Amino acid sequence: MIENILINGLIHGGVYALLAVGFSLIFGVARIVNIAHTAFYMIAAYLIYTFSTRFGLHPFPAIAFSILLVTLIGIAVYQLTIKPIQEHEITVLIVTIAVAMVFQEVMLLLYGGHFRGNPSLFAGYLEISGVRVSYQHLLTLVVVFFVLLATWWILLKTRLGIAIRATAQDREVANLMGMNVNRVAMVTMGIAVAMAAIAGVLVAPLSVVEPYMWLHPLVMMLAIVVLGGLGSIKGSLAGAFILGFAETLVVFLIPLGSFLKGAFSLTIMIVVLLIRPEGLFGVVFEEER
Amino acid sequence: MAVLFSFRRIRLFFQKEVLVLPSRVIAFFFCLTLFLLPLMTKDPYLLRIIILSSIFAIFAASWDLLSGFTGQMNFGHALFFGVAAYSSALLNLRLGFPPWMTIPLGALSAVIAGLVVGIPCLRLRGPYLALATLAFPIILMGIVFTIPGITGGELGVSGIKPLASSRIAAYYICVILMLGLGLLMWKIGDSKTGIIFHAIREDEVAVRASGINTTRYKLLAFSLSGFFAGVAGGLYTHFIRIAGPSTLEVSLSFQAIIWAIFGGVVTIYGPIAGVFILYPLMEFLRILPEIRTLLFGLIVVIILLFMPEGLTTWVRDKMEEECPRCKVRNVAWRKTCRICFADMVQKSNQGGTNGI
Repeated sequence: MIENILINGLIHGGVYALLAVGFSLIFGVARIVNIAHTAFYMIAAYLIYTFSTRFGLHPFPAIAFSILLVTLIGIAVYQLTIKPIQEHEITVLIVTIAVAMVFQEVMLLLYGGHFRGNPSLFAGYLEISGVRVSYQHLLTLVVVFFVLLATWWILLKTRLGIAIRATAQDREVANLMGMNVNRVAMVTMGIAVAMAAIAGVLVAPLSVVEPYMWLHPLVMMLAIVVLGGLGSIKGSLAGAFILGFAETLVVFLIPLGSFLKGAFSLTIMIVVLLIRPEGLFGVVFEEER
Repeated sequence: MAVLFSFRRIRLFFQKEVLVLPSRVIAFFFCLTLFLLPLMTKDPYLLRIIILSSIFAIFAASWDLLSGFTGQMNFGHALFFGVAAYSSALLNLRLGFPPWMTIPLGALSAVIAGLVVGIPCLRLRGPYLALATLAFPIILMGIVFTIPGITGGELGVSGIKPLASSRIAAYYICVILMLGLGLLMWKIGDSKTGIIFHAIREDEVAVRASGINTTRYKLLAFSLSGFFAGVAGGLYTHFIRIAGPSTLEVSLSFQAIIWAIFGGVVTIYGPIAGVFILYPLMEFLRILPEIRTLLFGLIVVIILLFMPEGLTTWVRDKMEEECPRCKVRNVAWRKTCRICFADMVQKSNQGGTNGI
């Protein structure tokens, strides 16, 4: 029981962390509330299903192809639909909702509404002091850890990371310092979508793949981002693991818990917001005008 | 004689106030068509579409009153709809109240829901507020599912009395309520309160610096919006005769935002137009059931790429222009202003597209 809660909590938390950090990045850099973010996660899950189960590809090329393809789709969506109307923040929001709907319907057309299971990419399990951890779970944890580490490295140690952080801090000044803010936003979108794709690829074998699988993670991701403080990567990480564990605890401990898992996590978010309106790690801005 | 006189006044009013602006002519014909439609066709399916469009028009316009005017982005507008739907349904079913009592009472419960959401959320701003409000209907939905004894769980509450004895009566109730409440919301937007709402959206600090209690006005916006959305929820539940969890879904909240922004925000008539275009379109697309939602999404994306401020705002700015001197709206092809006869040629003077 306890080990199940621990492993599931870590896995949920890790997947949510991948989603929330990407969402935070693109929100911070371009002020885009990208509702379609988890739709990319859904597409990645479908692609890995297609490549590995239908075409019988080896897991590694299948994973690589899926992530690459989804990233390209993400950049195309940014260039074609978000960039032309970027000044109208609220319109961007609707467009991303509509884009997510379009993806959902395309998947419904191509694959139908059935729940599709995906066999584990790597069979077998490992025994750590009497607890069985399947290789798929282990892979998920390791990949999440390294992807987050890589993101942290990119953000703090590379020129690109400095440009991203500078643009997030002040778009206009970053532009004046000679950074191509539009390209920075595009690259950030690519990174964010790639992280969502990695999350999708990891989740596909652990749960069912269906066209509406983007809705629950979307709500959770938004809650996490608000809980941690918008635009704060550290906050998104903390929020992801808090809500990941909260959700797992409710599912395992309370009867009828799976109905309440969303409600419980969101209640945590609201309680935190009431105590700290700017989220756990949010910065208190001077009143923005 | 008096009849003749009033007739002449109506004709003059019509000539001087309605016919001068294309948007007013369109609004006039829209109302006229709605009133005369049941005389021309009794097709229950068509009437049903218009009834539902009217109900959702009230809903979308109430979103505009809160989020468009005051800029308090509400992503959980379905909360008001759902609370009113469930409370009207339960009042009708358990206590046997007739619809004309349950709908206002349901709307009042939505106002209370608005205050429950509004009071804690007023400390949040911008995207935080949007995402926090998104949470409330989902929390309520979780509660609805865990107490199926009262709420009927996934199936919802059924066996509610119909809105009226015949479909035509229901049609007139919904259409007249939609036009009346729409006019009321439009007038609120034009009143002193509405101006303060506008100002809160533009610069809340400046409003507070002018000695206005912005918290009180934001709460007022939450309650007003909750009331109108609640009326829509009550009407919906009595028309469909079931109050289910679909009234609380995230997609309904998003739907309201899509309608409002597609039509053009901060106008009230924009969301109404948005619903009356998109909802029948969605029904019409039933001829292509597989790709219906896909086409809907594509249409919304493409139209918004060309008209990012919304459809009605775009059309209005194509057909009408603001007089550079007295700020009265004129037909775009007039050379002089219809009120002050100033030259209308100074197009460069026109400040943006957000004039009223």
